[in-house]
Amino acid sequence: MRPMRLLGLKTFRHGVHPPESKDETSGLPIRQFPFAPLLIVPLVQHMGAPSIPVVEEGQEVQRGQRIARPDGFMSVSMHAPASGLVRRVALAPSISGRMVPAVYLEPFPGSTQEIEDGTPCPLEATPEEIIAAIQDAGVVGLGGAAFPTHVKLKIPEGKFVDTLIINGVECEPFLTTDHRVMLEESRDIFTGIRYLLKVTGAENVIIAVEANKADAAEHLRETFPSDLNGSVEVLQVKYPQGAEKMLFSALLGREVPSRGLPLDIHALCCNVATTAQVGQLLPRGRGIQERVITVTGPAVKRKGNYRIPIGTPLRFLLEHVGVADDVNRVFLGGPMMGAAAPSLEISITKGTSGVTAFTDTAAERTHSPVYPCIRCGYCVDACPIFLDPALLGKLAATEQFSTMTDEHHLMDCFECGSCSFVCPSHIPLVQRFRAAKAAVRKSKAGAA
Amino acid sequence: MANGGKTLEIRTSPHILSGYSVDTIMFNVVLALLPVTGFAVFAFGLAGLLTLSVALASCVLTEHLICRAAGKPSTIGDWSVTITGLLYGLTLPPSLPLWMVAAGGVIGVALGKALFGGLGYNTFNPALVGRAVLQAAFPVAMTSWIPGFGAGRFSSLPLSTLTLPFTAPEYDAITSATPLALWKFSREATATSDLAMGFISGSAGETSSVLILLGGVYLIARNMMNWRIPASIFATVFVFSGALHLVDPTRYASPVFMLFSGGLMLGAMFMATDMVGSPMTARGCYLYGALIAVVTIVIRTWGGLPEGVMYAILLGNAVTPHLDRWTRPTVYGAKGKEAAT
Ligand code: SF4
Ligand code: SF4
Repeated sequence: MRPMRLLGLKTFRHGVHPPESKDETSGLPIRQFPFAPLLIVPLVQHMGAPSIPVVEEGQEVQRGQRIARPDGFMSVSMHAPASGLVRRVALAPSISGRMVPAVYLEPFPGSTQEIEDGTPCPLEATPEEIIAAIQDAGVVGLGGAAFPTHVKLKIPEGKFVDTLIINGVECEPFLTTDHRVMLEESRDIFTGIRYLLKVTGAENVIIAVEANKADAAEHLRETFPSDLNGSVEVLQVKYPQGAEKMLFSALLGREVPSRGLPLDIHALCCNVATTAQVGQLLPRGRGIQERVITVTGPAVKRKGNYRIPIGTPLRFLLEHVGVADDVNRVFLGGPMMGAAAPSLEISITKGTSGVTAFTDTAAERTHSPVYPCIRCGYCVDACPIFLDPALLGKLAATEQFSTMTDEHHLMDCFECGSCSFVCPSHIPLVQRFRAAKAAVRKSKAGAA
Repeated sequence: MANGGKTLEIRTSPHILSGYSVDTIMFNVVLALLPVTGFAVFAFGLAGLLTLSVALASCVLTEHLICRAAGKPSTIGDWSVTITGLLYGLTLPPSLPLWMVAAGGVIGVALGKALFGGLGYNTFNPALVGRAVLQAAFPVAMTSWIPGFGAGRFSSLPLSTLTLPFTAPEYDAITSATPLALWKFSREATATSDLAMGFISGSAGETSSVLILLGGVYLIARNMMNWRIPASIFATVFVFSGALHLVDPTRYASPVFMLFSGGLMLGAMFMATDMVGSPMTARGCYLYGALIAVVTIVIRTWGGLPEGVMYAILLGNAVTPHLDRWTRPTVYGAKGKEAAT
């Protein structure tokens, strides 16, 4: 399939146009967020095995000090977001609704909160050393998926990568995290790119930016190091342009095989904020103890882009920025793919790209009545994977799961939610698909 | 603090919707039909007004009463039956006896919609089901036309309108042939400008192509109508009838005449595009449009009837599920998978 162009801008086929809602925060520079009186650092912030704590109750730690070590390759280190006292190592609520192990850390009041540098990992290091350093720095995908970055960067024997794509698309409405990072941390981004190119062996890098962040694209073009082989590509504004698969279609005209990996098409995609973290942490021998998030939505009073310590409780965060009295929904991430916070007791993790809060009035639109499917085809025109969500929705309603997987590619759905977004009958399509996929996985696990 | 003791709502993403909803789409279709409906009343006076009102009332009431009888909340609020009622009325000869109008409306909604399970499940366009039944039952009444713009149209009614149920309607001397019938039976062409503006005889809403196009363009601009369907119908009609016309202009009508005469405009814009009965894939829509166009031309040219749009669309409705199946796009990544294995 050839990449599609509209008005000279590349994009993928299908997709939707939710209101962008970024204007209120895109112009606000990143500000440092204060330390909460108690930080709760979950030891499961990434996809994979929980990290193993290396600190004890009552122990004093320095900001940036390692507090947990990886449990195997599919796991990463954790670092102290503040200098303070380890109060407890115990279970804490998480976004999934489950309790997960966590380190409760009480920052020292009045501390200058200097960060301790560790052993740097220079660019001259071998790819293996860089991968180990990235794991040790606790780097995971900051775009939301929180997949351990070093795992992704490990290129298996016999595979190769020709193009590295740095994902600055940020197609999720409301969020302006990556936008600000691109404007304010371009040096770190380019340093990060150098590390990533070294590890992957890619010859070429493409920084992908949506057209609504023209200033960021411009800035990156101006600061693009002349010795780097690559370009900044401005893409059409469309959701879910920031999904890896859509980026490969738009930029390279390549499709990741069903159930395959980007490596199968010799491409690799890394979020721009993740890249900036690599560029910032490795030369200093540090680990992730904070990240940039957008705090926004109709219910938030002081919206903005904040550099926030990992482990900041949601309740503290919202108290600090101020929220409307009738706030009734809070999402980690944006409104298209973000997860609803089950309570305010959970904390900000490495994968949290933003916090969006809605009030009752803004929520009305999802309370609309459900009609039968009128076969309008909007969902078919929206699905970037070219599935038939209307048909899948009907099959899901009657629990015909095996037909869904065997004949209609249910497992290729990546839950972008475009189908539910456009459905004029307000049928909870992606919600049904999630349930169906869970049921299929469960029955498979049962059978195995 | 924020959110005092109140509980947060937990739903899964997406947390926003496009704002389109079934009732807003349907309501906009009703809006788009208003100009041509107004023109029909203007052209046919009292007869037009009564035909449309009885058609609309019979359809809406039937749906309402069926819902009630089934113990379910009435669905007339989703506006879909209003569209059916208007479209049904617009396809009828304005002089049709009112009891027949009412009977067709009841049958169309009861058989064509409710029996299939209501909105979303009706394979066929209910307005056309009603009309098709009437066409079969009362072929003479369904092809007796009065000309538009008659002098006394706002003060008197055609004799046939108030015919008692189950008696044969009487006709005034003023019935006249539609442009398609004129062509079919006496090879007489009607001026294109008259066709486009609607200064001809025909069904209440088959007359003003310009206003129909206007309504369609409005819906397309609001993304409430699939433009591919009318585009495909028009293109195919033009090419197919154009080719025939080139072969023998005396036997085959010109493509412009084919486009602007009869129920083609209304059918292509408002009936073939009924979401429930039309395909969902892009390629399916093109094929569906082409099929409707070809069948229409074939019936008009070689069939026994002067007009064939209605049957063409009903046939299109019938093959829609197959078209959707045949034209299902290749899923992302499926090609690579085949290549890899
Ligand atoms: S959620 Fe799944 S089915 Fe729906 S549009 Fe996205 S990929 Fe397609
Ligand atoms: S968007 Fe909703 S109503 Fe339209 S075809 Fe898809 S499932 Fe049916």
